[in-house]
Amino acid sequence: MSADPKALYQEVILDHNRKPRNYGRLEQPSHRAEGLNPLCGDHIHLALELAGDTIAAIAFHGESCAICKASASMMTAAVKGRNPDEARALAREFVDMATGRLAAADAAHLGRLAVFSGISELPMRVKCAILPWHTLQAAFDAVATTSTEAEADPMDTPLGNA
Amino acid sequence: MTTVAAPAGLDSARVRADFPILALTVAGKPLVYLDNAASSQMPRPVIDRLVRYRTTQHANIHRAVHHLSETATTEYEAARGKLQRFINAREAREVIFTSGTTDAINLVAHGWGRRFVGAGDEIILTVLEHHSNIVPWQMLAQEKGATIRVVPIDDRGELLLDAYAALFNDRTRIVAVGHVSNALGSINPVQRMIALAHAHGVPVLVDGAQAAPHLTVDVQALDCDFYAFSGHKMCGPTGIGVLYGRAALLEAMQPFKGGGDMIHTVTFESTTYAPIPNKFEAGTPPIAGAVGLGAAVDYLSALGMPAIAACEHDLLEYATDRLRQLPGVRILGTARDKAAVLSFVLEGIHPHDVGTLLNEEGVAVRTGHHCAQPLMKRLGVAATSRASFAFYNTRADVDALVAGIRSVQKVFA
Repeated sequence: MSADPKALYQEVILDHNRKPRNYGRLEQPSHRAEGLNPLCGDHIHLALELAGDTIAAIAFHGESCAICKASASMMTAAVKGRNPDEARALAREFVDMATGRLAAADAAHLGRLAVFSGISELPMRVKCAILPWHTLQAAFDAVATTSTEAEADPMDTPLGNA
Repeated sequence: MTTVAAPAGLDSARVRADFPILALTVAGKPLVYLDNAASSQMPRPVIDRLVRYRTTQHANIHRAVHHLSETATTEYEAARGKLQRFINAREAREVIFTSGTTDAINLVAHGWGRRFVGAGDEIILTVLEHHSNIVPWQMLAQEKGATIRVVPIDDRGELLLDAYAALFNDRTRIVAVGHVSNALGSINPVQRMIALAHAHGVPVLVDGAQAAPHLTVDVQALDCDFYAFSGHKMCGPTGIGVLYGRAALLEAMQPFKGGGDMIHTVTFESTTYAPIPNKFEAGTPPIAGAVGLGAAVDYLSALGMPAIAACEHDLLEYATDRLRQLPGVRILGTARDKAAVLSFVLEGIHPHDVGTLLNEEGVAVRTGHHCAQPLMKRLGVAATSRASFAFYNTRADVDALVAGIRSVQKVFA
């Protein structure tokens, strides 16, 4: 992956920013959470509906930069139809890649989400990309609000239920 | 009112040659530094002065009788004198060296506020304030059970003076107002505001962090009671700033920090404090910082503050015209009296994406809430992009900003 930050703003990310998938609200979600980045004002709401062990529906809305919105859009598309354990594993892998702990080439499950690997070159923007994934984690854990500036900064604590 | 009396123009090429950092390239492009409201760059004479201090003059001050200690003390106090003249204070002892504007405001909130603000009292701030001129007062208000009252603005970003006048009552204890808004550039009519406060017997602290680098500041003409500013926004080093205070008020204040250099005599039963300014300068101060700031105000004074203001005003007018002609760009803050700060939003593009992509063109702007969240809320935006100019910027820098904005818009088209 190129270290050129401009490469980050490539078609797939811009497309998800322009036409975010699963954008909106759910009528009766089984899980929901709110994600906040007080430093830049990114603010998203995430809701999902578990049918048995499957994420049957998922939706997000809010105000955010392109990186955050595209990440949220691609995340919802990636985890829909999967079970929570698979979704959490994907979240772990995404956060590890975005924070530079995992090379994109070694990220076995990320697929097209690897377009975000260049974000690790932009420390000021990493939080934008991982906010949706932490919000997903918070929704599973029944945490109403997660913040990038919370006491346990998610940047410093690897995601995971281990 | 800004009156520009035909200043001698600055020789742009010569001025730029004084700033080594302006020769850098970023992302393969020449650096276009438009984040001066956050921190300015340092000219060679200030860098050289710091080197000379470090290599030939440093020791601790006010202590020993040896040569270097006397030299350092002389240079430190000479810097105080330079700062006194720069803001036209009556006496050098009215100039307290602090670590910056934030430290200076905290000093007043603690040293003056804890003594003179009580339960049920009121503190007047404005919606334009930087967090550093909000939070110290909020902490004081919470401790004492006092109330914060806020002066509103109109849609141009100008303070509403009728609303300001209506906030005063017999519980008003202090007014704290920014001279120039860091987020919008509005130059506030502080002289009139101070006169009105004084008519009610209320002292005024002016946060001059964004004014001291760009305007002629005369604390006697303003008749302010406190004036706070930072070295690093006016071509000086970080870690040094100034609190100007009227001598009588400073003398009535409690020290905020205890330690060496601020005492007269110490026993385990009691301590008597040194006279001002030492009373407020506990411990070893940033001596090199003060010396560097002294060199910075020498540099600015040699160029002339009226010439600096005129140059920056020209840049602001040119940049405002150019950005107004760009589709999809909205300028926030259109006060009639304005410093060279240009806050803007691009339709459909988040400021953080703007900042990242402008950096790829070598253009450094600030993006975010500018430590002014109450103001962002009033404007109905989460964040803006902000280009802030200094006298070493040029119209070519503005052109690079405009080209950069076009390229950002192209990415998102």
